[in-house]
Formats: sequence, C-alpha cells, structure tokens
Amino acid sequence: MLPELKQADLIELLNKMLLVRRWEERLIRLAAEGPSFGHYHVYVGQETIGIPALFALRPTDLVFPTHRNHGYLLGRGADPGRLMAEILGKESGLNQGKAGTLHASAPELGIPHTSAIVGGIVPIAAGAALAAQVKGSDQVTVAVFGDGAMEEGATFEALNIASLWKVPVVFLCENNTDEALGAAAGGYPKSVTAARDLGDIARAVGVPTLVVDGTDAGGVHSAMNEAVSRARNSGGPTFLEARVSRWPGSNPLWPELPGGEMELRYVEEPEAAPEQLRRWYSEKDGLLRYLREILSHGVMGKNDVEELDAKIHAQVEDAVRFAADSPYPPPGSAYLDVFAGRS
Amino acid sequence: MVDATKTQPSNPSSDTRELSYAEALVEAIAELMKQDPEFLIIGSYILGLGPLRGLFDKVRDEHPNRILDPPTAEVGFAGFGIGAAMNGLKVLVDLSTASFVFEAFPQVVNEAPNARYMSGGRLAVPVVFHFLHGLRGGGAAQHSHSPQAMLWNTPGLQIIVPSSPADVKGLLPAAFATGNPTIFVDHSKLMPVRGPVSNSAKEIPLGVADIKRPGRDVTVVATSYSVQQAFAACESLEAEGIDVELVDPRTLVPLDRQAILDSVAKTGRLVIADETHRSCGVASEIAAIVSEEALGSLKVPIIRVTVPDVPIPFSPVLESELDPTASKIADAVRMQMTRKQVGAR
Repeated sequence: MLPELKQADLIELLNKMLLVRRWEERLIRLAAEGPSFGHYHVYVGQETIGIPALFALRPTDLVFPTHRNHGYLLGRGADPGRLMAEILGKESGLNQGKAGTLHASAPELGIPHTSAIVGGIVPIAAGAALAAQVKGSDQVTVAVFGDGAMEEGATFEALNIASLWKVPVVFLCENNTDEALGAAAGGYPKSVTAARDLGDIARAVGVPTLVVDGTDAGGVHSAMNEAVSRARNSGGPTFLEARVSRWPGSNPLWPELPGGEMELRYVEEPEAAPEQLRRWYSEKDGLLRYLREILSHGVMGKNDVEELDAKIHAQVEDAVRFAADSPYPPPGSAYLDVFAGRS
Repeated sequence: MVDATKTQPSNPSSDTRELSYAEALVEAIAELMKQDPEFLIIGSYILGLGPLRGLFDKVRDEHPNRILDPPTAEVGFAGFGIGAAMNGLKVLVDLSTASFVFEAFPQVVNEAPNARYMSGGRLAVPVVFHFLHGLRGGGAAQHSHSPQAMLWNTPGLQIIVPSSPADVKGLLPAAFATGNPTIFVDHSKLMPVRGPVSNSAKEIPLGVADIKRPGRDVTVVATSYSVQQAFAACESLEAEGIDVELVDPRTLVPLDRQAILDSVAKTGRLVIADETHRSCGVASEIAAIVSEEALGSLKVPIIRVTVPDVPIPFSPVLESELDPTASKIADAVRMQMTRKQVGAR
C-alpha cells in the first residue's frame, strides 16, 4: 500500500529510493571496473525499508546504521558525490577518507556514527536515546541492524537495558534472509538463530514488537510511525522487524549486477528481465512494487517516472565524476582527528 | 606495605585540606554533577566494595536520576555510555573491577576510540570509563588485572593513572574537558591514601608529569599505586644516602615524555615500577622511549619492577611474590647504584 503521505512526499520517497538504487548499481559497476575499494555492502532491495522509515522521523531525530549504510546516508540527504568520494578514499569524502564504505557517517545529518561490527551499533543507538531522555527532549533514535545482529550478545543486552530504562529508541531490524537456506529448509529465520521468531528475543525482555513486509513502503511507514510515536511519548522502545528477500546481487560475497541495471519496463513486464531475476522483479523487489503503486494510483505518470529516472542517472554520473576527480587526502592527514584539541 | 594513613609530603598552607583519595574522587564527581546537568553516571561501584564505598551515597542521594545502575551487561552499558556521549552528555561509565573491561572490549576499544577518527573529526565522544585495577589482595587471576597497557595499544583512548588525592581531583574534570574517550584507572589500595588537596584546585592538564620527589641519584618512574610503593622505597633509601627522583607521569595518553627524559638526563639511572605485566607493559613502553631517545644519558641499564608474566594467584604469599612492592623497588634502586656503568671495565 502507499504510505499515508502527501503527493509531494510520495514523489520525494520515490526520488530517494530510486537515487539509492541507481547510485548502488553504479557503485557495483565502479567496483567491477577497479581499482578495488575493498569489501562493501549495498542497499539494493531494501530501499522500501529505510527510506519510508526515515520519512517517519523528524530531522532532529537520530539514526545509527551498520555497514549497509548507503541508503540511510543518501536518504538523509548526504551528497551522493561526497559519499562516493568517501568510498574511493578521497579527501572530499564525507569523512575525508577516514571511514570508507563500512564506516561512513554524517553527524550533521543526524547519523552520528556507523558501526560495521555486527551488533555494535545497537547499544550505542539506545544510549543516544537515553541521552535524549536525560535531557528531557522528545528526540527519538533509531538503531538499524540486520538479522545477524540478533545473534550477538550486545544486541540482547541493549534490548534489556532499553526496556528497563524505557528509552526512546526504535530497534529497526532489517531481516533480509526471508528466503535464506534455513528458512527454505523449514527453520525460521535461519539456521543460526534458535529462536523461531526474531521478535521472541525482544518480547522476552518486554520490548513490544511489530513485523512488516519490508517490500511494502506503506506498511513500513505506518509501523515506523507507531514505533516512533511510542518512543516520542515516553512509551519506551519498540522492536520493528522488516522482512525482505535478499537481492540476488547481494548473495555473492562481493555484490554483483546480475542481468545489469533494473529497467523501468520491468514495472509492467517483469518477464522481460533476465531469467534469473524474473521472480525478483515480479514479486520481491519493493522498489518496483512502489513504482506500480505510484503509477496505478496516478501519483505520477509513466513519463514523469522516466524523467525522474533520467535526472537521477545524470545526478549519479555527476557524483561519480566528482569522486573520481577529487584528490586523495594528503598522507599527513592520517595523523589528524585522533583526539579533539590535538593531533 | 605502604602506610596508607600517612600524609604525602606537601607544602601545607591555609588553602589546602587533607583528604583521602576516595573523598577527593567523590568531591570531583560531585562537582561535575553539580556544574553540568547533562553529566550522567552509569554504574556506581566507583569506590569499589571496600569500607569507604558509603562515601558515594551522598552524591547518589542528590542526583538519583543521573546515576543509573545497569544490569550486569558490560558491553551493553558501555555502549549506552558511548551513545549518550555522542548525543551530548558527559558520561562516566563505571566498570567496577578492571577485569570487567574485557566484557566491554568491543565497545571500549572498537567503537569509542574510533568514532571521532572515522567521522573525520566531526564527532566528540566525552565518555570516561572508570575501573579499579591491580593487586587488591585476594583478587586472584580473574579480578586483579591492570589492562591499561593493553588499552594503551588502542589509539584514540586517553589513559589517566592518578596516584594521589590531589591528582584524582584535578584529573577527572580535565578528562571530561577534552571531549575525548578516556580510561580512568584507579586502584582500590589508593582509596584510603591521604594527602593535601587545594581548596582552589584547578583542573590538572593531561600530559603533564608530576615530580613527586626531586632527587639526584636515580630516576624512578611509577604510576598509580606503584607511586605510593615508590614513596615508601624513597624513605628507606634516603636513610642510606640514596636520593631518588620520583616521576609520576599521571597520564599515559598523552604522555609527558620530556619530563621522563629530562629526569634521566639528570640522574643517568632509571627504574620503572608498575603493576602491568612485564611484557608489553607500561614499563616496557617507557623503557623503549628512553632507549630510543636518551640512551646516551643512561649510565647503567634500565630496571623494570613489574608483575611477572603469570596469572595472579590467590594465596597472599603467592600474590605477594609477584607484587612490585616498595622493597623490590628499593632493591632495584640499590642495584642501579652498585652496577658498573655502561662501557666501564
């Protein structure tokens, strides 16, 4: 379903989600062209979780993501060129080349820190929420993490403490293993988690839970509104699990673009996609689902979408050019920023 | 054994009072809580479980909403402290016994010290992790650690190792003033140690060593409770006519290298006393710095008085065998005075 938002916001939602998709596709091509910028994780196939979730927040709210952070950074308005430059290790990068893809952050956009250690971000985000509580502010903090973080002790400890202290945090769990090996074999959610349902772990310590289909932008937005509202009104934490299938390009150890970029014609004719992606584009891709909803509700016309896509393609090419043309940082800057007040 | 009730040498004046280390620490915390409504404490065994722990009750009674007792979940509440600091609070996270920092290691060594650097200098993380290190008597292998050397191998952490009431009072606010993540290392045996504290005490800048006792013959560099052990050694050595210069770096990060080098240049002899283990310990790093930068000043080889590389045993007799005591420090100083000079035949 479509999120309950004004038309302009629905269009902006598409703008952001399509930007993430095109930017990530371009990043995968860039990685294939070389030189290598190391291991990385893309947000393709999860745009309908993060972007609608961000639309449930105020600009003053905080978001703490993981290594799969590009979607959140772009969604909160990070410059696509500066994010690309960061990934290439350039001086003009968001963090002057100190972070790279895994650790990029944007404190000025309310993304103070990214942790690429599984489970590492969860207590930190909840602690930021505690600070809002101590200050008497109505700010809400979102901890974003994957299903893998549910295997970590740090996550359990954070859920328990957040519940005890009723801190204003939303635990947004992006479960992208809907069709993983364990699930296919009849075990849920996957072979490494003994809990039958990830929410069981949160409920065990009194944290209320919500589950949504992560390909349903409207469902995510509505569930997120509920969780954010509980946090903002001193109701404490919520565990919100958004379930999606893993995008086939994220299955290999290094992201790939199987069958090339997503084409807009797959909205109407998913059977035109390469065979290994037909099921993905017809049933599993949240972005295409959102496009179909936008078009069928007349929020945008087909030509509007094509124009927007062309504009985003150009924006992404600008970003790549900016990043490629940017110089590397001076080697001596390796010694800077260790401590405040001194090098 | 050091007589903890003995006042350290000082210049008495009407401006100073005599306080125990525990009282000075509680005063420092109380002042920070009072000055800043956004100062938060997570964990409250700051004075340990000894008889002085009740001194903290007053602070707790005054600020019940800003002193939080977390569950036994060190990685969790260490992370809470980091996140709260990232969102504008000043946070003191008390990990109690130093050995428990291992339960919090992913947050203490892989989040807090990296966050500012990874952000490109945009993010301040004013969190201070506090713990009681070292040989406390009966702590045995799992409750006697001195992890400050391990943590010194983690760039991005300030490390503070006070040894006196005046130092703990001045260094705690200084740690918060920098906005940097900090390891604040106390020792349960320091808690009853008494000494003068100035009424008009200001922050003590980090990275400035204190010459606890000026001397001519041998430099002793010591940290934390080992400074007290070294004091006791100085007294017996003085009676033998050996004049020790006792240098207390007070902070390992930043380290006042120059004060150590200057003292070694004066005496030509160096003993380093510390409760971290011998290999890759605090004494190892100080010895390495002096070897690299002042080898020509040394008349005789450096001696390290440290805890040997074995786990800490329970039995008092066995623990004492490993303890870098005043008498071991005194023996090392005597050996420095009697050793043949480098190059002499």
